Amino acid sequence: MSSLIFSLFIFVLACFIGFELISKVPPTLHTPLMSGANAISGITIVGALIVAGSVGGQLAHIIGFLAIIFATINVVGGFMVTDRMLEMFKKKED
Amino acid sequence: MSQFLPESILTFLPDFIQIIYLIATAFFIRGLKLLNSPATARRGNQYAAIGMLIGVVITLFDQQILSFEWIIAGVLIGGLIGAVLAKKVEMTAMPELVAVFNGFGGGASALVAWGEFTRTADPTLIPADGLITTGLSIFIGALTFTGSFVAFGKLKGFISGRAITFPGLNLINIGSMIGVLTLVGIFAFDPTNQTIFWIVLGVSLLIGITSVIPIGGADMPVVISLLNSYSGIAASMAGFVLNNNLLIVSGALVGAAGLILTQIMCKAMNRSLANVIFGSFGGNDGVGGSGPTVADGDKIVRETSPQDMAIQVSYADKVIIVPGYGLAVAQAQHVVKEVAEKLEAKGVTVKYGIHPVAGRMPGHMNVLLAEADVPYDQLYDMDQINPEFSTTDVVMVIGANDVVNPMARTDPGNPIYGMPILNVDEAKRTVIFKRSLSPGYAGIDNPLFYDEKNQMFFGDAKKSLQELSEALNEV
Repeated sequence: MSSLIFSLFIFVLACFIGFELISKVPPTLHTPLMSGANAISGITIVGALIVAGSVGGQLAHIIGFLAIIFATINVVGGFMVTDRMLEMFKKKED
Repeated sequence: MSQFLPESILTFLPDFIQIIYLIATAFFIRGLKLLNSPATARRGNQYAAIGMLIGVVITLFDQQILSFEWIIAGVLIGGLIGAVLAKKVEMTAMPELVAVFNGFGGGASALVAWGEFTRTADPTLIPADGLITTGLSIFIGALTFTGSFVAFGKLKGFISGRAITFPGLNLINIGSMIGVLTLVGIFAFDPTNQTIFWIVLGVSLLIGITSVIPIGGADMPVVISLLNSYSGIAASMAGFVLNNNLLIVSGALVGAAGLILTQIMCKAMNRSLANVIFGSFGGNDGVGGSGPTVADGDKIVRETSPQDMAIQVSYADKVIIVPGYGLAVAQAQHVVKEVAEKLEAKGVTVKYGIHPVAGRMPGHMNVLLAEADVPYDQLYDMDQINPEFSTTDVVMVIGANDVVNPMARTDPGNPIYGMPILNVDEAKRTVIFKRSLSPGYAGIDNPLFYDEKNQMFFGDAKKSLQELSEALNEV
């Protein structure tokens, strides 16, 4: 099995998991969910680390550096602001 | 950091990294699952953050990574910007912030694919599928980048919230997308051709702009959700480029989740996704917009006073509050809670009825009320609250309009016809808190204003509620 086909397998199966995970979310949580999922998409930071840190020309390093900045904003900001929102969700205290 | 490890460990390192990636993935899946319920959501987000941390730390041991100065500088700068934005943002500005973060995420994926491509000395050695996924990653990432920032501009008011369009724009957009995809195909056979590469990048950036510009401001949340899905797919494509399973899986999870969420939002507005993207709906200048009590012809508007209102709600058995974005604009969340508490102290049952698209993005109103410490078990979804209106004495509609417009049920010619609404007109009495009789975001008049069971409470939502709160002390 070529690596492309293998990757496609994983990709499609992960899509199905994503569909299943989200289809039951109550509207109350849509905004935090959007922002939390958005933070996860910052996973591209892993790719940015590899591009910025490995052997390559100066241009690759600069592009990788920019990619790290962008992805870190997404990751750090995304998780923090989602936490800020969810911290406020409280049950009636009595 | 693999330099610091003994030789014997290096043999197992690649497999070890993959196993840790698997653990990180499990954290993401578990985290998304926990985000399904308000009681566990915060933990879910923390799980996802831990997964991210695990993924990042173990990647630093990747044997390809030899230098750390760019990495450290980038993480410090990006982390600082992200943290400041996340701490400072007002909850009402949440849609803009998500758009910005999303834009950066998409941009990062495009950069990763581009960087990986420049890193390879001889592009002809990259297999065709690697080149295609590079092209796709750049295409989707770049359009997510510019599209998200246009959405941000529209929400912020830098760019007109109106649907800016001209005949044929949709065709041009579709044509450009097909063009870019074709060029990506050609690029796979001719990777040394710099011109093709630059055209793909440039046109993708343009498509992000031209495909979001024609969409009205009211539909921006749907657009952001869709772009969120794109940024996931862009990350996944970057994973194909780098042969990295963690990126492929996490990106696909977000891509699928974002798509489902987009679908849910469209359903709440009774629109199809295609209609949102190509329909150029909303943001028109509405007719009317005149001051209080000016209604045309035989339409009579009944006004109420704080004192009168206080008596009505004090002697009610059940009151439902329907908040809209106007409430948040006036920063009246805390006052509304104060009013609700005073009523509860008088033995009145108070519930909040939340339309799925109340606020500026789905679920936004829940966040804004949570910020004001309104317990989430007092908030009811549309489907839960609609059967209750007929047994409700007073409904207070505060800063909402289109989501309570009965024309969505009755007038097939109306643009919002078919949109599920809160059936407040079934209650014994409705009171609408509003500045004027002007129509809502969709630019459509609301017959509820002139209904004989309805009263208008004109003025700024916060001021009106404060007056009501004071009047309640005297009842």
